Amino acid sequence: MTAVDTSRVSDITAHPPGLATRRFKDNFFIVWGILATIIGLGTLVALVGELVNDGGHRLTAAFFTSFPSSNPAEAGILSAWVGSILVIVATALFAIPIGMLAGVYLEEYAPKNPVTSAIEIAVNNLAGVPSILFGLMAVGIFVQFLGNPARYFGFLPESFRNSAADLFGQSILTAGITLGLLILPVIIVATREAVRGVPQEMRQGALAVGATKWQTTRHHVLPYALPGVVTGVIIGISRALGETAPLIMIGGLTFVAFLPITTPGDAKFETIGVLDQYGAAVDPSATETVHIAHDGVVVMPDFTERAVEAGQVLELPHGSTVQSVAGWGDAIASWSPTHWLGADFTVMPIQMFNWTSRPQAEFLEIAAAAGLVLLAITLLLNGTAILLRYRLRKSIKW
Amino acid sequence: MEGVLFAAAAVAVAVVLGIIFVVVSESSKFFAQVSVIEFLTSTTWTPLFDNPQYGIAPLLTGTFMSTLVALAVAVPLGLLVAIYLSEFAGPRTRETIKPTLELLAAVPTVVYGYFALLFVTPLLQGWLRPFGIELPGFNLLSAGLVMGLMIIPYIASLSEDAMRAVPRSMREGSFAMGATRLETAFRVVAPAAVSGIVGAVILGMSRAIGETMIVVVAGGQLPQMVSSPTQQGATVTAFIAQVALGDLPFGTLAYNSIFAAGLALLLLTLLFNFVAFYLQRRYREAY
Repeated sequence: MTAVDTSRVSDITAHPPGLATRRFKDNFFIVWGILATIIGLGTLVALVGELVNDGGHRLTAAFFTSFPSSNPAEAGILSAWVGSILVIVATALFAIPIGMLAGVYLEEYAPKNPVTSAIEIAVNNLAGVPSILFGLMAVGIFVQFLGNPARYFGFLPESFRNSAADLFGQSILTAGITLGLLILPVIIVATREAVRGVPQEMRQGALAVGATKWQTTRHHVLPYALPGVVTGVIIGISRALGETAPLIMIGGLTFVAFLPITTPGDAKFETIGVLDQYGAAVDPSATETVHIAHDGVVVMPDFTERAVEAGQVLELPHGSTVQSVAGWGDAIASWSPTHWLGADFTVMPIQMFNWTSRPQAEFLEIAAAAGLVLLAITLLLNGTAILLRYRLRKSIKW
Repeated sequence: MEGVLFAAAAVAVAVVLGIIFVVVSESSKFFAQVSVIEFLTSTTWTPLFDNPQYGIAPLLTGTFMSTLVALAVAVPLGLLVAIYLSEFAGPRTRETIKPTLELLAAVPTVVYGYFALLFVTPLLQGWLRPFGIELPGFNLLSAGLVMGLMIIPYIASLSEDAMRAVPRSMREGSFAMGATRLETAFRVVAPAAVSGIVGAVILGMSRAIGETMIVVVAGGQLPQMVSSPTQQGATVTAFIAQVALGDLPFGTLAYNSIFAAGLALLLLTLLFNFVAFYLQRRYREAY
């Protein structure tokens, strides 16, 4: 019997070699994980801090009740926030019903066939399409095609063509539909998940007492799915509120000194001179004598502007626009339930972008102030959605 | 009623077809006047000059550079956060941090543009100066960096979902063999969740490719062949927005060039969607 080489036998009651090192690596990683999380959360803090620091002092009541102006000290976001609300109303009216119905269809009704898979592929792909491509589509279909009924729809009655020309083009309706299509996947997916979460017994109970499929869906599935749908709608709306690129594409204006809720007869927005079919001056050096009918501003072709009063007579270069400044009283008095859909508009993100791209430091201050308002609204909406989702998960136990 | 519901669902298909139709038909007008060869091989993009040249390459280099910077920021940070939240943090921490981080994706991009231009760029200028690098006021580095911060939640949230979907028994098996949490995370959980993680990264990437406002505000809008992130440059999206902001009439060749750029963007996005789909299939682990 040979001697046993005991030097190679380790003490099995001791820790395996290197465990301390491996434990240390564990803790070391936790530090890195926390650090990465802090960088993410720190970005939010830095973002808010930067905006408050730059523009916080500009958040006065006057900022919300003034039109934009070439004088940054007087400029405000009145037309921008009114425009944003109107665009969002149009977006919601378009996207919520279609998104909900589509979600219900895919979850409750759709047969397993190629058409259904085509729809599902479309919904999934739409969610990943860059927003600016929605803008390009809107330019092609809503602005150029439907907005020029005289060119494409000559066979239709004139009154019909006129209302199409009023509604489409660079209008709130176009903006609303475009953003509505953009957030459609968000609402469809949220609806599907919410509807899927309603237990089968609810449907069977209703069907057993003789309800039709639609009655079951409408009265027994949708009500229970509603909180989930609302969460999706809020997130979609918040996304639409912050979207800039597609609205730049369809021609959201960068300088609006009127509220888009006045009636057409007010000559609220008029470009001077002989224009080509696209609205640009044919001869930029030509001028024209203009009688100003309303108090307001004139925006020159180089985008400087000056205040004008009713009764003034001015010599204006072609391509400049006269805008009457409509106050709240005028706006409310001339409210028309349909006209606003066809009106020119600006929105908060475009207003902020416009101010950000100007060189003067004072404009950057109001850009920051506008950004702060925008950020507050989006964070508020998303916070609500998060809370709603959290409470939903806690309260409903099927 | 079923017909109404079907019509609503069919809208999604109509939108996809609408986007493809508009982009293809308008850019075919562009390609009737500019050869595809020039579009793909020329390295100058100056549609707004007197002697216009239409080579998409400068815009593509701008897009790739800003996306690369964004991924360099978002992939490590996003995966660190995901692994930390999924494998190390307690449920309370996770339930608080995850939705808060998701707010990063909800911030309007024009606000991010402002942040990149007026906070990140001056900060980086100060940091890089000691190294002899003069960062211009407009550059793709800060645009890409902020874009990276924006897509952290996409990568972190979706990767975390994928890792949490890995069954508990696999972790328990690994722990029983004496592995630490970190070893389990990297050698068992992450490989099992790889298809979800890849999907998350590609989703973040296509967000970065399609992002417009951050680059328009902070990137400089100058279409040139970009070889370093410290240069200014234009992305495909930034060029499209820049033309839309100008006074070019619809229907001119220069205006139609945005549809050609849009077509390039569409193909790029579809390509990555396809790659993500393929990779997810290829590496799917089913339990």
